[in-house]
Amino acid sequence: MAFDSFSAFIAMEGHGPYVWVCYAVFAVLLAGLMIWSVKRNQSALEDCQRRHDTESRASAKATGKAAASFTRVEIPQD
Amino acid sequence: MWQWFHKLGSPKWFFGIATRFMPWLLAGGLLLLAAGLVWGLAFAPKDYLQGNSYRIIFIHVPSAFLAQSIYISMAVAAVVTLVWRMKLADVFVKAIAPVGLIFTFLSLFTGAVWGKPTWGTWWVWDARLTSMLILLFLYGGVIALDRAINDEKSAARAVAVLVLVGVVNIPIIKYSVDWWNTLHQPATFKLTEKPSMPMEMWVPLLLSVLGLYLLFGWLACIRMKTEILIREQRTRWVKDMVLAGRK
Amino acid sequence: MNSSAHPLIKPVEQGVGPLSAMVAVFARDVRVAFRQRQDLLNPLLFFVMVVTLFPLGVSPEIGFLKQSGAGILWVAALLSVLLSLDHLFRHDFDDGTLEQLVLQPQPLFLLILAKTLAHWMLTGLPLVVLTPVLGVMVHLDGNSVAILCLTLLIGTPVLSLIGSIGAALTLGLRSAGVLLSLLIIPLYIPVLIFGTGTVAAAAEGAPVAGYLALMGAFLVLALTLAPFASAAALRISMSNS
Repeated sequence: MAFDSFSAFIAMEGHGPYVWVCYAVFAVLLAGLMIWSVKRNQSALEDCQRRHDTESRASAKATGKAAASFTRVEIPQD
Repeated sequence: MWQWFHKLGSPKWFFGIATRFMPWLLAGGLLLLAAGLVWGLAFAPKDYLQGNSYRIIFIHVPSAFLAQSIYISMAVAAVVTLVWRMKLADVFVKAIAPVGLIFTFLSLFTGAVWGKPTWGTWWVWDARLTSMLILLFLYGGVIALDRAINDEKSAARAVAVLVLVGVVNIPIIKYSVDWWNTLHQPATFKLTEKPSMPMEMWVPLLLSVLGLYLLFGWLACIRMKTEILIREQRTRWVKDMVLAGRK
Repeated sequence: MNSSAHPLIKPVEQGVGPLSAMVAVFARDVRVAFRQRQDLLNPLLFFVMVVTLFPLGVSPEIGFLKQSGAGILWVAALLSVLLSLDHLFRHDFDDGTLEQLVLQPQPLFLLILAKTLAHWMLTGLPLVVLTPVLGVMVHLDGNSVAILCLTLLIGTPVLSLIGSIGAALTLGLRSAGVLLSLLIIPLYIPVLIFGTGTVAAAAEGAPVAGYLALMGAFLVLALTLAPFASAAALRISMSNS
């Protein structure tokens, strides 16, 4: 330990404000960046799920109606 | 070799690999960064010249390293985009440009705050600070151009051209700013001209640099995954994966 | 758009060499520009006005102007080149000439080089010609004015060449003007530093040949690399629209 007490650690011999402001901004920005990225990823995933849910429901309806007249052929798109 | 290269370009393959590695990157990154910062803040001896304000180095230097290496990695990806038209390279550039901007800002901000107790002012037109400021502008330009073009493919290629033009310019900018600095400021206090760093300072610094690199890896993975999800949402493999994840 | 206002490039006959195509593009751009003279005058007026702002806004003191005159003139020239860049491809893009240019059998980067040189002759060169007058107005001495003109003469083509990349990248976008400035200003910084630095060195009586050689190196570098980058950017922008 480079400091004698906790208050000495906070004060850092007068340089405390500078050091702690830097670390705070660093922590906030880094955490914010990480949380933002996770949230964006989640919302993209949910969008995908919603789209495919509605699509599969719609196609289920369509096949249900049309099943008598023709069979549906799945052609892979990728 | 080429098969491997093409595999690397496949978003589906990347998605799988990234999902597998991400927990390790996150855990390792947080652990190393926390260890480096706690060590640096509380246990490393104080600098006999600058006192305790030098402890900012443990976040300033990693941020600055990342700011520069992110731009260089973007330039490498830009070459891949233009030459091989690899989808993942586009995704990489788009996903990490904002990360680069934030780390550049962080290194500038911590540099400025560090400057107050060391040089007595918040901002010095020091060669390194100025070059970093210009790097911030370059990142801003890349992001602005990417946002302005609607078509994904042209956006990726236009951004690739801009990044390459920027990377050709970076050494020139660096050189000219250094020259300009010596012209205007004959004797500034240089942060670097200290006797070589003692081991107790160097190890925590190394730890936090490594930790931040790992965290950047995690950030790149998750942001690329998001971008891939948005771009490939119509493909079969995304559909299968999403539906499988639901059950 | 009638054809008299925009003379088209002559139809390409078999075997038109790259050089004659370049000359044709250059001549056409100059001719078009002289039919729209206001576009030629605007950057010059802007240049003069920006220079006027500094004595008014900062200080008309002779000492200040002597010291910062070269910098003021350089910044003003840089901004007015930046302002004029939007015109480099825009008119041709709007009336479809640019598409024809891209489809020419001659290498696109040579044609763009010709267009950029025409742009420099129509904006950068007049700025250099105007500089002595403004240099006297900001109390620069004769030697400084001469060096300043020389640096601008070497520097403004670099500005046009680097700018052509930005103009090609932002072609056809909304708010292209602001975006263009954002992309290009950071890349202009080395030219600005050496342009003003050369004049400062001359004012202190230091030899300037080395600085001028460095600026010449910038020019050569920009001449060899920028047309390729603009050609690539132009193709991307054209496929976008």
